[in-house]
Amino acid sequence: MQTLKMALKSIGSNKLRAFLTMLGIIIGVMALVILVSLVNGATGSVTDTISSLGKNMITVSISDNKGAPVQISDLSEWMQDPSLGGVAAYTKESFTGKKDGNAETVDVYGVTSYYEQIQGMSMLLGRFLRSTDIDNHTYVCVINEKLATELIGYTDCLGQEITLGGIRYTVVGVVEDNDTSLTKSYNNDSLSAYIPYTSLVRMSDSATLEITSFYVDAAEDKTTKDAEERITQILLDRFEDDEDAFTVKSQDTLENTMNDVSSALTILLGGIAAISLIVGGIGIMNIMLVTVTERTREIGIRKAIGANRHVILQQFLLEAVVLCMMGCGIGIGLSWAVLQVIGIVVSSLSITFTLNGTVVLIAVGFCFLIGIVFGLYPANKAAKMKPIDALHYGG
Amino acid sequence: MPYRRKTVRHLFIREKHPAPLPRRESEKVDRKTIIKTDKLSKSFSVSGKQYHIIKNLDLEIYEGDFTVIMGSSGAGKSTLLYALSGMDKPSLGHIEYAGKEITEMNDDQLAVFRRKHCGFVFQQVHLVDSMSIMDNAISTGMLIGQKQKDLKKKAAALFERVGISEEMTDKFPAQVSGGEAQRAAMVRAVINDPDVVFADEPTGALNSAGVEAVLNVLTDINNEGQSIVMVTHDIKSARRANRILYLEDGGIKGECNPGKYVSGDKKRHEMIRGFLEEMGW
Ligand SMILES: Nc1ncnc2c1ncn2[C@@H]1O[C@H](COP(=O)(O)OP(=O)(O)OP(=O)(O)O)[C@@H](O)[C@H]1O
Ligand SMILES: [Mg+2]
Repeated sequence: MQTLKMALKSIGSNKLRAFLTMLGIIIGVMALVILVSLVNGATGSVTDTISSLGKNMITVSISDNKGAPVQISDLSEWMQDPSLGGVAAYTKESFTGKKDGNAETVDVYGVTSYYEQIQGMSMLLGRFLRSTDIDNHTYVCVINEKLATELIGYTDCLGQEITLGGIRYTVVGVVEDNDTSLTKSYNNDSLSAYIPYTSLVRMSDSATLEITSFYVDAAEDKTTKDAEERITQILLDRFEDDEDAFTVKSQDTLENTMNDVSSALTILLGGIAAISLIVGGIGIMNIMLVTVTERTREIGIRKAIGANRHVILQQFLLEAVVLCMMGCGIGIGLSWAVLQVIGIVVSSLSITFTLNGTVVLIAVGFCFLIGIVFGLYPANKAAKMKPIDALHYGG
Repeated sequence: MPYRRKTVRHLFIREKHPAPLPRRESEKVDRKTIIKTDKLSKSFSVSGKQYHIIKNLDLEIYEGDFTVIMGSSGAGKSTLLYALSGMDKPSLGHIEYAGKEITEMNDDQLAVFRRKHCGFVFQQVHLVDSMSIMDNAISTGMLIGQKQKDLKKKAAALFERVGISEEMTDKFPAQVSGGEAQRAAMVRAVINDPDVVFADEPTGALNSAGVEAVLNVLTDINNEGQSIVMVTHDIKSARRANRILYLEDGGIKGECNPGKYVSGDKKRHEMIRGFLEEMGW
């Protein structure tokens, strides 16, 4: 306590110098806090937009079923799992689609009913495939807008019949081709038809009821990561703990990429700011060395009357740390003000720039560390002085 | 350990000064040793040249004594005081404090030793410029973890005794006179009730009233049992001692034991004057 008072007094005795010394730290802290807060604010609002577009999807591929193939019934069971939102099997093949003499090559997806939700599809007309369609392998299909216009000629085509690979299918729904959906993996440019998984198996030479790939998403109150862990666990149990039997990939790449970019940017900017903080620390060290030299006589007196190394070390170390922390405090305060101003300037963008709590804590911790690291050498130099030599220093 | 306790010698027989042996004893010396040196030497090397300031000095300081060290300027009085108080390490030889070797102590142990047992008044006063007179005075007490409030009370009483007014104690060293600073340094030296007070010309900058005040404080605490080792150039100050050592050429040339200070004792004064004359002072 007494030492703290002494440190403050000593800093206060030369305010301009203290301020100039702190400037490096202030600028470093401001750079760190403002930049990281800006990046977080910006990416935060972008990822919010992204996640409002659709839920994160996990893709599972099975390469070795170990004699326990995944079947439609397994999917229904997993649908009930509290961590998982839903499961949708899919397989894709190309067939020739025909209607009244028109012929197009169509990407035919054999899917289960949850496919609609997991892909975030929106129906233009009619309905998507239902569980009963899958169970009864009915010959109904859902087509995309583009296929409807290319093959049938118009989108209002519910009830029409088309042939896919020579088999007649009744159109029960038309899927909207949404150009703005960034996150959706279904392709707007292709001609697509969705039919019950079981029906595709019947038409196909290669597809079987043994499901090799499917999508999973997370339950409402769970994160994608939770779901990913859960499905991995389920499959590990099933496939004798063989991690190589399957792959689980979180497919919501845009959000992931966004997050990756954001963290890369944060680390980059944080790194730059950290460097300027270190430069600030060198400034602190420099001034502390000057201070120690200036106060050699004082150190000599204090040692002569019985202050040991520890006392002197503590005194100068504390002074360096206090300098750093004061700089840090001022820097954080100014950062807050600057962010406030930026917030007003860009208020039209609906992006909120708030002081990021984590980065403030990091800044405080880092400044403390810098105070210790760069204060240690000067403080130690002071503590090591021999009392008589210090007393006689400079006459 | 090469160091071996020797039989107590009350006389200082130096090869350098074989005869006559100055001997002034008015009371039987049978006292407890508090500091004892054994072949203490201190030399400085300045631009490659060695200066031997203290040479093979064997000396004992007794508990409860008011010891005065005199000698010409540059004789090494301050140097000896620094060594005796563990502030500076001797070049050779040993120093024992209350039977404990302090020469072997490391810097931190010495610092603790100083703050526990010693008080100092420096020849050059040496107050910390950034602290007020009061804060300077209590700084030794703060080091041994005493309460600031108690210390301030104690310091205030001491300031009064040496004739420094209360408002003066809020000033900084640069704002007070040399004599005032010296008296503040005096308060700092004695505030912890140290076992030994080392005072290096504590009256150098004072007028006669100030000298009296400081000497009275030293005499008082000496009467309370604390030991005093004082360097002085002033015969009036020297009279306070019950033992006077004369330092010359790195050794004790002679000593005088006039007994306890009695104010106005003509015979005693004459004895001291005679001793100093004999020493060539
Ligand atoms: N650090 C040092 N380096 C070199 N020489 C020194 C050092 N300290 C003291 N001396 C020398 O040692 C001698 C004794 O110095 P000291 O200060 O002990 O004298 P003193 O007896 O106290 O004199 P005074 O009565 O003037 O105070 C002097 O000649 C001085 O030049
Ligand atoms: Mg001297």
